[in-house]
This record gives sequence, structure tokens and C-alpha cells, in this order.
Amino acid sequence: MKALQNLFDSIKPHFEKGGKWEKFYTLYEGHRTIVFAPDLTTKAKGAQIKDATDLKRVMITVVIAMVPALLFGILNIGHQHFLATGEEVGFMEKALFGAMSVLPILIVSYAVGLLTEFTFCVIRNHPISEGYLVSGMLIALVMPPYIPLWQVALATIFAVVIGKEVFGGTGMNILNVAMTARAFLYFAYPAQISGDQVWTYLGEKTAVDGFSGATALAVAYNAGVEGTPAVEALNSHNSAFGADFSFMNMFMGWIPGSIGETSTLMALVGAVILIGTGVASWKIIVGGFSGAFAMGLLMNALAVNEYMAMPAHYHLVMGGLAFGVVFMATDPVSAAQTETGKWIYGILIGVLTVIIRVTNPAYPEGIMLAVLFMNVMAPLIDYYVVKANKTRRLQRATV
Amino acid sequence: MSKIVKLRKGFDLKLVGKAPLEISNLAAAQTFAIKPTDFPGIQRPKVLVNEGDTVKAGTPILIDKAMDQVIYAAPVSGEIIEVKRGEKRKLLEIKILADSSISHENFGKIDLDQSAEDIAFKLAASGVWPNIIQRPYGVVANPADTPKAIYVSGFDTNPLAPDYGFALQGEEKYFQAGIDALAKLTTGKVHLNLDGSKTAPAVFSGVKNAQINQFSGPHPAGNVGVQIHHLDPINKGDLVWTVNPYGVIQIGKAVLEGVYDASKTIALTGSELTQTGYVKTYVGANVSTFVKGNLNSGHVRVISGNVLTGEKINLDGYLGFYHNQITVIPEGDYEEFLGWLKPSTSKLSFHKAIGMLSFLHKGAFKVDTNTHGEERPFVVSGVFEKVLPMDILPTYLFKAIHAEDFDEMEELGLYEIIEEDVALCEFVDPSKNELQELVRHGIELLMYS
Repeated sequence: MKALQNLFDSIKPHFEKGGKWEKFYTLYEGHRTIVFAPDLTTKAKGAQIKDATDLKRVMITVVIAMVPALLFGILNIGHQHFLATGEEVGFMEKALFGAMSVLPILIVSYAVGLLTEFTFCVIRNHPISEGYLVSGMLIALVMPPYIPLWQVALATIFAVVIGKEVFGGTGMNILNVAMTARAFLYFAYPAQISGDQVWTYLGEKTAVDGFSGATALAVAYNAGVEGTPAVEALNSHNSAFGADFSFMNMFMGWIPGSIGETSTLMALVGAVILIGTGVASWKIIVGGFSGAFAMGLLMNALAVNEYMAMPAHYHLVMGGLAFGVVFMATDPVSAAQTETGKWIYGILIGVLTVIIRVTNPAYPEGIMLAVLFMNVMAPLIDYYVVKANKTRRLQRATV
Repeated sequence: MSKIVKLRKGFDLKLVGKAPLEISNLAAAQTFAIKPTDFPGIQRPKVLVNEGDTVKAGTPILIDKAMDQVIYAAPVSGEIIEVKRGEKRKLLEIKILADSSISHENFGKIDLDQSAEDIAFKLAASGVWPNIIQRPYGVVANPADTPKAIYVSGFDTNPLAPDYGFALQGEEKYFQAGIDALAKLTTGKVHLNLDGSKTAPAVFSGVKNAQINQFSGPHPAGNVGVQIHHLDPINKGDLVWTVNPYGVIQIGKAVLEGVYDASKTIALTGSELTQTGYVKTYVGANVSTFVKGNLNSGHVRVISGNVLTGEKINLDGYLGFYHNQITVIPEGDYEEFLGWLKPSTSKLSFHKAIGMLSFLHKGAFKVDTNTHGEERPFVVSGVFEKVLPMDILPTYLFKAIHAEDFDEMEELGLYEIIEEDVALCEFVDPSKNELQELVRHGIELLMYS
């Protein structure tokens, strides 16, 4: 450790004022504080001690909460591939195959995102913030496995620059950074991030006859159009290949979809970590799931087609709802920040997701747009909660 | 009507170095100082003495030209040995070398049958007045004002805080006289707020002429600002006063004896003191005789006050005017390999983020002055709310101060808080912002605009 400290000390003069790399001081500081928690002490006045938790630890907690989803995603990418190509292989092969397609996306997301972030920090002379630790992982997890890497890079740059840095960096962004990346691809390159062909990574091979690469949401939507009961359509989908959309399969996540989003179970594991450590708001998570469920029930009551009549609990395990509610909606910067606001924000995300899914023919998945829309609306919700607080204070004064 | 309030929000910091309830036999302090910087509302301080002058306890040595009826008096009798100034001749300390036996200026007992105005001006001229703090703003009260009510918090929930029952024992008579005097100064009531989880110590148990309220819960339940919020919150245009029990006793002594008796029993606390306990001394005592030769290690920070709201002083520094304890903890200027990631049960944290296992720790924590991270923008939400038991939205208030938005500051409740009320917010903040400094900045904007 001492040697490492000495190494940092020895290069420090170059980065200090007057040194040849003084412009890059923030990079030096950023890296040193990752290796060594800094030797800063509290000021002479004010709190003389500080809590042992810092933003780095909060952020790494979120990253750790996403690891189960990532690992399952890797395995599932392999699983789906061999299902589609009709090959019987073991666990290791599936995992290896999945890793080969997921890791490049993850690496590109982190490398490009951090580079963009560093560039901004140097230009604007900001300290390097920890926010991208989480965003980098999230961006990879919401990509389909078939995505070209240059698109990942482009989306990442767009999200970091337009989604975050133009507003002032970590803590200042209005939209969730990872959702911004995905929305950018969705509208800029829809062919690679929507439809039936992108969710299962085939590589050079072709799918076996009769295999459909459609997602559960598309299947359910089509059931609504065709008038077959949605549950029946889901259960019979790809059933010849043992890849049906039964409730259990969807809950576990053995279905095609973006890398990290398919498994409701893994999202719930993440939720347990996030709520247990107090890092994410349980109000948003509970609100999100209950909003979706309640809207599902309302759809049942008003059902005019089979999709609307689909049991409400199916909505909770299909698509990216669970992943979005647990990891995206709870981003504290872009979410509502008042405690009452968090309930409203969470519930509306769930409600909107189901509305978009069921009633909008253009977008099979609603969670992305619901989160982005509620990101934009969160300050408005907070505005009214804050106003209520002010009003209480004013009324108190006049009585 | 006395009130019983149970608070749930907050956080008790259990630290190593609690003072046992006994008087230490450490050598008495030799020198004492009045530090104008202890009084945030002082605008134009003027020293009334020169180096070499001799003073008695109660001799005026300092006034604020903006409110010159209030005098700041010498706490002990002796010789003025230094008037220390800093940059731009800013007045820092007026030091007095104490006589071996203290003699007092005698200005005559104060008859409480006089008008409130006369009592106020006599107290203002006696040296005890700076104990009376005005809310909003948390500055020394103006004797020409009449407060809506006066609040006294009878317990201190800060880390390692002195036990009032022990430190103030035997002062019952003076405490009652102080309450009686304060009761004359307000059109409303004097509120004495006690710890609802314990039986009241003798000094408070028989108090008359005041409304007794009970508060229980974790820190900051003992903060007078929190208590006011639950009894009768401060609105725009309201004016209330607060006094610490030490101050009430000084007022009582001025009333009954006609002197400024600045003696007080303070707590010596913190993990780095070999011998913790209580010492009898005076306001503004030099701490060197209490800490030198009484340290466990060499690299320490001496704090006048507690670890949340106190101020760093030198080994031969002086106790702050409003402080009733000294805390000595290790300095934290070390780097820690992967300190942000390592799991630990021994690091004190309000949070439970990955690896923060302090909830498994049994007993008290040893803490140092390391910030455990660098300053960042606000990211995590909902944390401040958990440690501020008031109907206030702290994050929005802090942002309003940052933006210097006067209307927002008012509407979001800046009149109701001072630094100490957000001290816990500052402690728990993972973004390490200087929130107490920020709140004072906001208050100054409101005060002087």
C-alpha cells in the first residue's frame, strides 16, 4: 500500500498547479480517491465527524444489486441462443456464449461513458463523480444482445452528454441517464432495438423452423388483436421448444429480451438489496408494482380485447417492468425527491407502463417511456408537495 | 398545558469517551478568553479594555456597537494579557490571566418587581445577557424586544453531552430565580423542556413559574429548536428567546447576588482523553490544563463543544462561550486503502449501504475527523428527512439557500432552524456538504437584507 501511495505522491507534482498536466488534476484525484479514501478532515467549524458512508459506497451498492440481473442475463442470452438454434448444451457453454455477447457491450458502455465523463471533468474542472458506475452497468443491461457496439457507444455518449453533463453532471440530470441511452437508440435505430428479431442472439446461425423471436409483450399484444385469450397465446408460444411464456418462465426470466431485464426474480433480489441497504426508496418500488397491478385490474374490468383481459399479475413479470421499477425509477436524482412525491411518482410509473403496453400499438414496452415521462414530471409532483409544506407553514402563521 | 412529545426521527451517536459523573482533580485553568467569533450576530465588536488593565468578573470588556446596551463581561477577575487580532485586525480573543481568587463587580441584586424593561436592561449590563438567544437567527437577543415565549431545554442529546443533573446539582435556587426573571421578560410563558424518558433531575424537578414539557426520542430531541417546532413553531414575524440551563443559572445568580458569576461545570469527553470527567471552571476557560498530559495519543483534535456542532481549538485554545464540554478525538488525516468499499462494523454510519455494518456493532464507536469521502452535489434523497424531526423539507431549504432565493428560504422554514438543528443532516450526508455553514449563510442573508 505504501508503495502505491508513494507512486501517487511521486506523480502528484505533475498534476498540481504549474505541473505539466495540471489540467488533468481531476483525473489524478479521481483515481487516487478510488484506490485510497482521501485524507480529508472536517473543517474547524461545523460537524467535526462525518458518517462513514460516502457517495462511492452508495453507488457501488446499486452496482452490486444489479449483479444478479447481469449474471442471469448472461446465462439467459446463451440459453435463448441454443433454444433458438435447437442445440442441446450444458450450463457452462450457455454461460460462456452469453458472456461473449454481453461483456463487449458492458466494456464499451463503461469505457466510452467514462471517457466522455473524464473529458467533461477535465474541460469543466469538476471532480470526477461516481454516478457513472451505476449508469454504465444500467446502459449495458437495457441493451438487446444483438446490438451493434458502435450503437452502444453512440447512445452512451449521447446519454452522458445530453442526458447529464449539459445539466451540470451527476446530481443535476433531469432524465435517467441509462433510459436516455435506450430511448436514443429506440428512436434513432429502431431496427436494432425493436421487433421480433433482436432479442435472441443468433450470430451466424439461423433459428430452427417455427421458432419465434417475439417477446412476451408482442405475443400478448397480438393475442389482443387476434382475439385469442392472452394467457393461452403466451403458454402456447414456442411451446414446442420448451420456451413458452408461462408465468413461471417469465418470472424466472427464461425469455428473450434485453440483457438484464428478463428476470423478475433477479430484479426482486436487487430490490431486496436496495431496500435492505436503504439506498433505494421502497416507496417507489412498491408504488411502481402496485400501480401496474392496479392498472392491470382496471384494464380487466374494462376489457374490450383479450390483451386487456389478461390477468393483471402477468404485467408484473412481462417485459422490463420489474427491472425498470427497481433500478431505473429509483434513481434518486431523476425521481421525485419528496416522500409523498415518491409514492405518486412510483404509482404513476406502474400505471403508465400498463397503459402504454395495452393501448398503444407502436410501443410494445411501456416502462422506458413511463420512466422518462415521470422523470420529467417528478419536479412538478415535488412542486406541489413542497407547496403543501409552505401552505401549512403559512396557515399556521395566520391562525 | 404541559405537552408530552415523542419523536421518532433522529439518530443517537454513541461514542467512546463518555464522562463519568465525578469531578476530576485536574489543575484549574489559568487564563480565560472571550471570543467575539462565538457570537454570530455581533456586527461591530469594540474592545473596552487594553492589554495590562485589571478587571473583575463582570467588568465590561466588549460591546457590539450595533447593540451597545448588552455588555460582554470578563468571566473572571485578573489582568488582560492579550487582545488577539487576526487578518484585517479582526478581533479574535481577549485573554485574561485569572487571579487566584475571583473578585466580582457588584451591581446590586435585581428586584423582580420592577418593570420588564428595567430587569432586561439590568441583566444586559450585568454580563449574563449573551446567554439569551433570539430565534429566528440564533443571535444574542435584544433587551428592547419582548419575546412571545422563552424556551429552556433541560437536556442535551448531543454526543457525549454533559449530564445536566450532575453538572448543575445544587443550583436549584439560582435556576428558579433565573426562570422567575425570564418569566418577567416575556408576554407568554417560559417553557422548560425535559427528557421524558428519565425522571427529572433535582435542579429541574421543583421548578415553578414555567410550563414543563416532556420530550423523548433520539437526538436532536434535546435541541431547543426542535422542541419549539413541536410546541409553537416560529412563524415569520415571531420572536422567541432560548436560554441554556447554564445561562438560566447565571441569570439567577445575577438576580439573587448581584454579580456575574461565570462559573460552570463542564464535561471532559472523547476517546483520546486518558481521564474523562467533569471540571469546575469558568466561561471561556483555557483548556490546556485539562488536556495536556491527559492524552492517549499525540495526533488529536480538541473540540470546544460536541462533535456535531463544536469548533476545533488548539491544545491551548479556549472554551467557547456557549460550550459546556470539551471533546478530544483523533485527527483523521490518513488515506485508507479502498476505504469506500471495505466492509466495517466499527465505523459509525447512519446508513446501511454495502459493507456498512455498524448496526452489528455493540457498544460505543471510536470516531475521528476524517470526512470519509469528498464533497459532491446532492444525490441521495430522503436521508435528511430521517434525522430532522420537523415538518421541514431540508433538501429544498438547502437548495433555496444555495440559490439565495429569499422567498423560498422564508417559506420553507429557515426562521425555525439554526446550525445545530441541521448538524445531524451534515453528519449523515453522503455528499459531505457543509450544511451548518450553509444555514448560517442563509440566516445572514435574511438578517442583513
